[in-house]
Amino acid sequence: MSASPVARELGVAACHACGLVSHLATNDEGLHCPRCHAPLQYRKRNSIHRTWAFLLAAIILYIPANVLPIMRTATFFGAQDDTILSGVVALWQAGSWDLAIIVFVASIVVPVMKIAVLMLLLITVQRGSRWRQRERARLYRIVEFVGHWSMLDVFVVALLVALVHFKTFAEVLPGGGAVAFAAVVVLTMLASQSFDPRLIWDAPESSSPATDPSP
Amino acid sequence: MTAARLTVCEQCDAVYEHRALAPGEIAMCARCGSELYRRRRFSLDTMLALTVAALVVFVLANTSPIVEVELQGTRNAAGLWGAIVAAYDAGVGLVAVVAATTVFFFPLLQLLLLIYVLLPLRQGRTPPGFVWAMHALRHTQPWSMVEVFVLGVLVAVVKLVGLAIVIPGVGLWSFAALTILLTVITSFSLHDLWDIAAEQRA
Repeated sequence: MSASPVARELGVAACHACGLVSHLATNDEGLHCPRCHAPLQYRKRNSIHRTWAFLLAAIILYIPANVLPIMRTATFFGAQDDTILSGVVALWQAGSWDLAIIVFVASIVVPVMKIAVLMLLLITVQRGSRWRQRERARLYRIVEFVGHWSMLDVFVVALLVALVHFKTFAEVLPGGGAVAFAAVVVLTMLASQSFDPRLIWDAPESSSPATDPSP
Repeated sequence: MTAARLTVCEQCDAVYEHRALAPGEIAMCARCGSELYRRRRFSLDTMLALTVAALVVFVLANTSPIVEVELQGTRNAAGLWGAIVAAYDAGVGLVAVVAATTVFFFPLLQLLLLIYVLLPLRQGRTPPGFVWAMHALRHTQPWSMVEVFVLGVLVAVVKLVGLAIVIPGVGLWSFAALTILLTVITSFSLHDLWDIAAEQRA
C-alpha cells in the first residue's frame, strides 16, 4: 500500500464541522473555516490532556457506580438493594437470559472496554508507538459507536421508579449508584469525543522499531 | 491545487482526491479503514418527509402512556415524562436531567432543526442562521439516545412481569417506530447538506 499524503504535511486541514478542506497558514491559531466559521485546527486542541481528565474522573466514579445500589425494591416481604451486577444476576435467574446478556454487555462490558481502550490509545499515542495503528483506529471507532448504550440501566431505573409505587405492596426507589453510573457514561462519552484519532497516525517514522519497545 | 476537491479522512488525516461514486458505493480510507463518504441516498424531499413523519411519531410517543402496570387493583401508567418527574422527585436529579435531554430535548431539537434547514434548502434557499443550526445539529446528534431508552423499556417490562400485570401502551409502539425513523434520519450526512447549500449559493 502506497503511503497516502497527510493533510497536515500538505498544509491543508478538513473542517471538523462541515468537512470542507482548506489551506492553513503555518500557525494553528485563530483560523476559521470559510464555509461554517468553525475554528480550523490540524488536531483537536489539548486532546490528550482533556481525554485523560474525563477518563480519570470516569474511573473514580466507576467505583461508587458499581458498589452503591442503583435501586431499592421494597415489597410486602421486605426490601432488596440492587447494584448493576446483581440486577443482571436477577434477570438471569428470572429466566430472561437474553436480556441478562444485553444488560451485562451494555452496563459492564461496554464501560470497562471503553475505559481500557481509551487508556491503551492514550498511552500508545503518548509513547509515539506505531504498533497496530489500523487496529487501534478501529478500536476507537467501535468505542465511539457503542458508548451511549451504557445508559440503558439508568433508563431502566427511572422507568421502574415511575411505574412501581403501590403504597404498601411494592415500591422502587433509585439509589446513588444510578447517579454515579449516569455520570460515568457521560464522562466516558466526553473522553472519547475529546480524543483525536489522528494522533494514532502521527507517530514518527521508524525512529524507533516498528513494534513497541518495552523498557 | 484546489483544496475543495480534496477529501481528508477525519480519522487519520489521509488526503484523497474526491471521486464520484456509483449508487451503493462507499469510499473507504485505505490507511485506517474508516468510511470517508458515500453517495447521497436520499433526496431533500425524502429527508424532509421522514423528518416530519418522525416529528408526528415523536408527539404521539410523548403524549401516550408507554406501559401500564396493575397490582392489587391499583393501576399506574407511565410515559417518558412520568419517568423523568419520578426520578427527579426521588432525589436523583442527574438521572432526570440525562433522561430529559437525551430522550426528549435533543431528539426534538434535532427534528425541528432539520425541518428548519431542509424546508428552505429544497426551494433553493438557505435559511437565516443556517450555520448556527447546522452546528447545533452536529452537537446534539451524539447525545440522542431514544434507541437506548426503548431497550430500557423492554428490560423494565421484563423485570416487572413477575411482580404485576403489565400492559403495553401506544407510547411503546410509537417509541419503537421513532427509533427506526431516527436511525434513518441520523444517517443523513450533514456534510452533504453543507455541500448542497454551498452549491446552491454558487
